[in-house]
Amino acid sequence: MKRKTAYMGVFLAFALILSYVESLIPFYFGVPGIKLGLTNLIIVILLYELGVKEALCISILRIILAGFLFGNMFSILYSLAGGLCSFCMMCLLKKCGLFHIVTVSVCGGITHNMAQLALASLIVENYGVFFYAPALLLSGVLTGFLIGVLAAEIEKRVERFFRETVRK
Amino acid sequence: MRKLGKRDVMLMMVLLFFCFAAFLIRKLAGGTEGAYVLVTVDGEIFGEYPLCEEREIPIKIAGETVNRLKIGGGAADMIWADCPDKLCVRQKPVSKENETIVCLPHRVVITVEGAAENGFDSIAR
Ligand SMILES: [Zn+2]
Repeated sequence: MKRKTAYMGVFLAFALILSYVESLIPFYFGVPGIKLGLTNLIIVILLYELGVKEALCISILRIILAGFLFGNMFSILYSLAGGLCSFCMMCLLKKCGLFHIVTVSVCGGITHNMAQLALASLIVENYGVFFYAPALLLSGVLTGFLIGVLAAEIEKRVERFFRETVRK
Repeated sequence: MRKLGKRDVMLMMVLLFFCFAAFLIRKLAGGTEGAYVLVTVDGEIFGEYPLCEEREIPIKIAGETVNRLKIGGGAADMIWADCPDKLCVRQKPVSKENETIVCLPHRVVITVEGAAENGFDSIAR
């Protein structure tokens, strides 16, 4: 138990490093809100290897800390909306057990972007932002796929580590 | 770790199809050159400006300029903002119907509107 708590700290640090890396990448596709979602890599792996509670905990802490470190109040609110909705979606899909980790990640990516878009339209009280919906849908699928493939590959290699060390 | 199953491939195909459909719908809904831009702040109309007129518009909230919109050559571009993320400034100039520029922190939305009715008047302030 104690050991798991210590590892949770390590995972949170990992997630924060990925947030930092992502904030450094001058990624800009001409559409606001498109991101690689690198931190989702950790969240997906934790969801599969440790459990819902642990993954959710890291996800929320990561968003709040990264917001204070590299963002602002807006980015926290915005990330929380995307992060929580996408987490719920991935959780449900994983629970039902019908889909592969890559598919779960793809659906998470789409949900993340659509939730942020919905929040944006509420904030500005204008549906014009849905002009970006197609691009955000597609980017959700593509980044979700990329993260999913990476997560599947990494999970294969860390499975034993989780089973023998972290979950002890 | 099992391989991607038939179900996974099917679902992803459906999702990709939705993306494609969304692009298509947007293409059909817009695409033509717009006539004027509508600026809204917090859902309220701030002003309407024809795209043919060359000008710079300071968008003000409570008397303070928070964004500057430049109109010229049939397009509108956000050239300055004092918001924390500056995403609005990085968005490309807009000229076609339904294209938008959003400044989320300031709740400012610029939307290109289609061919104006006859006797269009600018209600610019
Ligand atoms: Zn802005």
